[in-house]
Amino acid sequence: MKATLAIQRGIPGEAPLVQSFDVTFEPGQSVLDGLRVLRRESDPSLAFRFACINANACKECMMLIDGKVDYACTVRLKEGVTTLAPLPKKALIRDLVTEIAPPDERLQLSSFSIPQDGAVS
Amino acid sequence: MYAALEAERAGASVILADRSLIGRGGATVMAQMTVAAALGEQTPDHWENHLADTLAAGRGLCDERLAALVCEDGPRRIRQMDSWKIGWAREDNHIKQAQAPGHDRPRCVYVDFLSTGPAVSRTLRTRLNGSSGVRRIGDLAIVDIALHDGEAVGATALHLTTGRAVTIAAKAVVIATGGLTRLYSRNSASSNMGGDGYALALRAGAELIDMEFVQFFPIGHLAPRLVGMDPIMWDPFRYKLGGKLLNGEMREFEGDYATRDQRSDGKYVLTRDLATYAISKEVEAGRGSPAGGAYLSFRHVPEVEIRRAFGPVVDRLAANGIDLARQPVEVSPIAHYHMGGIRVDDKLETRVPGLYACGEAVGGANGANRLSGNAITEAFVFGARAGHSAANRALNTADAWTAEAARPAVDLLRSAKRRDAPNMAASVLELQGLMSEKAGPFRSEASLREAVGGLERLTREVGETPVSSANGFDPVLVDSLDLRNMLLVAQSVVFPALARTESRGAHQREDYPGLDEGAWRINQIVALTEGRIDVRQSGRLLQGRDAI
Repeated sequence: MKATLAIQRGIPGEAPLVQSFDVTFEPGQSVLDGLRVLRRESDPSLAFRFACINANACKECMMLIDGKVDYACTVRLKEGVTTLAPLPKKALIRDLVTEIAPPDERLQLSSFSIPQDGAVS
Repeated sequence: MYAALEAERAGASVILADRSLIGRGGATVMAQMTVAAALGEQTPDHWENHLADTLAAGRGLCDERLAALVCEDGPRRIRQMDSWKIGWAREDNHIKQAQAPGHDRPRCVYVDFLSTGPAVSRTLRTRLNGSSGVRRIGDLAIVDIALHDGEAVGATALHLTTGRAVTIAAKAVVIATGGLTRLYSRNSASSNMGGDGYALALRAGAELIDMEFVQFFPIGHLAPRLVGMDPIMWDPFRYKLGGKLLNGEMREFEGDYATRDQRSDGKYVLTRDLATYAISKEVEAGRGSPAGGAYLSFRHVPEVEIRRAFGPVVDRLAANGIDLARQPVEVSPIAHYHMGGIRVDDKLETRVPGLYACGEAVGGANGANRLSGNAITEAFVFGARAGHSAANRALNTADAWTAEAARPAVDLLRSAKRRDAPNMAASVLELQGLMSEKAGPFRSEASLREAVGGLERLTREVGETPVSSANGFDPVLVDSLDLRNMLLVAQSVVFPALARTESRGAHQREDYPGLDEGAWRINQIVALTEGRIDVRQSGRLLQGRDAI
């Protein structure tokens, strides 16, 4: 069985590009399962967040799935096309990754003088 | 998080770096239940009773100083979490304590409806939010510990969001990265549990201990497919409802192993290592369930009782197409915890001055097999002790940071380039398959030698130069750095597993069944010397290649 993932990709400042990937799947798998298969079989550079892997504990894999905000780990993969896009109201980082950490848990590189690398002390 | 809070309380200025969102990744947030501590609220208890059970489960290999620390300090930490309003389940005005396998009495506290781990994480995150002395930085993956004159003076990290190298100056460093269960295909870990801390410690010059002992949780969910639920969720169901383990012939089999197996303690309730053994042997004998495990059945429990105990969870199961009152589920062993880890003293300091470890990153306390419920207790206790020790050092040590201390790791990150290389995500999968097949709960000399060969091949294929695909949030670079750690840690498991020619706790050698108390009631210690892994046994040094 096959599923197609139509994924909005890109970085801030560039026109987003939608790429489609076919992935094999077994009934019962999640969208996150499909994304992980895609990275192993087709394109390892696809960026998305996840940590707990289908346990619905880390809340990191939130994205736009068929136009609705949801967790990739709890939405079932289906036959046919599923569209995936980054969260629309969060700052885009890359592909499906957005800035979802609270502001006080981010590294503010602009406060450092080293142009290429950061330093914290 | 506990270490950061305690270090701040002791007067230190703390940076808490997490490669995930703060407190979202790792093992704790996924933990279901339970947390063991001799509170004596359900029945009279003493921490020495808890210690006796811990030592028995450890099959003679526990570091008794560390085990005693967990058992003696555990109740204080449970009550501290209670004062922070974690919401331990209560009954008749006392904290409720459940009995778990291997404990001699009800000793395990929990937060109801499978939410102990998330409650622990939420409580600690709330404490951190209210602290002024802990600076939290997520999306920061530590690449190496920075060293000056052999002492830890900070760390170098990859800032995932931007792809930049970040250096962190610190007078003391605490490794709190959890275990290594991501090395295995079926695991109950989050994606960042690939043994980062063990690799960081090894490369910094610290030692690891008991690395051959990887705990497999016997009843990890196997089929039908579940989403949105932790694969080890069935344990609390068994505690509360007494689920039956059945083989493919629908016959209960635990009793066979409890009475016949010489390693059994003679009780009906099997400890985790024995239950893993029993299920695997039933499958091997052709009596497994269709997906290759055992059935877990609650059909003997009235539906109303199932719902009374786990109402909200029953609804989530129904959404997954599972009706526990009418159908059994299939379960099988799943990599869950690592008894081994970084070797520390009773201040939780490694042999590298200024480098500390806590939680599952620490090895030794649990010997060859961890007692159910001890993992979060040790996260609290070791976190508190390591945080306190690190703060003491920081407050009494001069700043020894130099930019040169971070140079090797900064250079490594800058060397990352786009090049022809294997798909790193596929290589991770290959490594997991190799470890599962050749170095899982049941090993032999032949399988472990194949593991060594496979790891050497993968190491060659992956190469020493990191691979990149993009600037900022680059999953190829992250996989590449993960493999650097995972391959090193996998070897740190395989070499001592090959050397230990007996079966003990979570280390079961098909070619050496049974304990060998005369030769093997000893710990094995792993170190990295000039790029090669050394395994030491009570003063006897076996170098990595010599171990095989």
